[in-house]
Amino acid sequence: MNSKSMKKYGPVFLLPTMVAFTIGFIAPFLLGIYLSFCEFTTVTDAKFVGLKNYIRFWNDPSDVFVHSLWFTTLFTIVSVIVINVIGFAVALALTKKIKGTNVFRTVFFMPNLIGGLVLGYIWQLLLNGILYQFQRNLKYDEIYGFVGLLILMCWQQIGYMMIIYISGIQNIPGELIEAAKIDGASPRQILKNVTIPMVMPSITICTFLTLTNSFKLFDQNLALTDGDPSKMSEMLALNIYNTFYGRNGWEGVGQAKAVIFFIMVAAIALIQNYLTRSKEVQQ
Amino acid sequence: MNARKAKHGWLWTTVFSVISLLWVFPIVLVIVNSFKKKVYISKRPFAIPTDKMFVGWENYINGIKKTQMINAFGCSLFITVFSVAAIILFCSMTAWYITRVKSKTTTTIYYLCLFSMIVPFQMVMYTLSKIANMLHLGNPVGIIIVYLGFGAGLSVFMFTGFCKSIPLEIEEAAMIDGCNPLQTFFQVVLPIMKPTCITVTILQAMWIWNDYLLPSLVLDQKKWKTIPMAIQYLKGGYGSVDMGAMMGCLVIAIIPIIIFYIACQKYIIEGVVAGAVKG
Repeated sequence: MNSKSMKKYGPVFLLPTMVAFTIGFIAPFLLGIYLSFCEFTTVTDAKFVGLKNYIRFWNDPSDVFVHSLWFTTLFTIVSVIVINVIGFAVALALTKKIKGTNVFRTVFFMPNLIGGLVLGYIWQLLLNGILYQFQRNLKYDEIYGFVGLLILMCWQQIGYMMIIYISGIQNIPGELIEAAKIDGASPRQILKNVTIPMVMPSITICTFLTLTNSFKLFDQNLALTDGDPSKMSEMLALNIYNTFYGRNGWEGVGQAKAVIFFIMVAAIALIQNYLTRSKEVQQ
Repeated sequence: MNARKAKHGWLWTTVFSVISLLWVFPIVLVIVNSFKKKVYISKRPFAIPTDKMFVGWENYINGIKKTQMINAFGCSLFITVFSVAAIILFCSMTAWYITRVKSKTTTTIYYLCLFSMIVPFQMVMYTLSKIANMLHLGNPVGIIIVYLGFGAGLSVFMFTGFCKSIPLEIEEAAMIDGCNPLQTFFQVVLPIMKPTCITVTILQAMWIWNDYLLPSLVLDQKKWKTIPMAIQYLKGGYGSVDMGAMMGCLVIAIIPIIIFYIACQKYIIEGVVAGAVKG
């Protein structure tokens, strides 16, 4: 292609996105890294303090970052397993010839479209209504918040993952399963040796999505428990938010936590990506 | 054999019908409670609102008044429609350009977009809100720039993936016929990209419509609220939450989404699958 005339048009094609991208991402990101090494209350009074922000909160008794980290990690592990196992099982059932499959798919997927905040308040009503019979509520103990969030996330995400698994299962060539049947494979063997290896790409995608969604959970956490009782059900994203906006003079610490959070999310993404690659080589 | 299979199918259909009913129960529960007097909502959430508990549309009127829900609805609609339009237009342009012109700049842009996809919002939220404030972007028009910027990564990435599969010959033919790059893009390339446009539209619209944190930090809350902000506003402040108004607002927030979903179900499900597989 005559690249000269293309080059002339470069600014028209690139500038609008890049200006917005600089405002919306690049500048805040770089400024964020810088500010994590500063003490400040507004951006203009930033004073360089080195690594202080990164050390201050670990042993602070009124800061629950470490607890949030464990709470979030445990929640992520449990929710990834539960959501993917159920989502996959439902997908398997709904790809068989059953009446009403389309209706079920539509219904199961629906919660995924509702925003996290609204979901949180819907489940708060339902779960508090049930717990009220036992003179308890979601804020009674962190375990209630944990299970409540788990149920909420299952309700929201199972349908989504199911849809991805269904498209994966439907892409398996029919001959492959036929051949396995002729060779005398039992349904369980077919599942283990044909279906699961063939939907490996879907499994990777779904694990990645549930992993990051659970780890970065914010809206649902804010609406359902708001960290109660006394910040014990506060997850990482909410903890960072509260450090920024709930504690005067700790903005720098909030930013330092955000950098740590970013590194953890990036590490999860890269490790996941690496594992996908190695799986793809095997196939 | 045939009879056995049918019986099995019937059993599964029953099981899934029951699960489906349970699945929609939380939403039905909110709708039922939205017609209940507020004192009964937390104490007897599972009761059907009969004469004593029934309040008609009072919760809705209350909720709309307290949160200015109608304004919030308009605000959400405006922000979502125009942000998505801006994202589609500008990101597809950028994506086509960086696939066709290979230089250091375009490669850098591509990798920056990839990189931005793994950065969580918490990393930039504080600084982004400060920068947006400095540039006076705290209104429904300004926030479109913020959404374009923060949504660019995923969108450019998805458009680039599609652009790579467009055969060069079509564009070359258009250029030989005398089209300049802009004409080529709008008359030839953009129509071909329609499926990706639909996917990106659905993904971004779902995100922006439901987003709470970004608008609550960027927008000037006294003047503008989106629907999630209006709902959270009910909870803000001290004292007990008006559960009645809350139920009314929740229903107002849910119903449009469900109607939209039922109307364009096919596109939404396809779009979400395509988006997940590529992203």
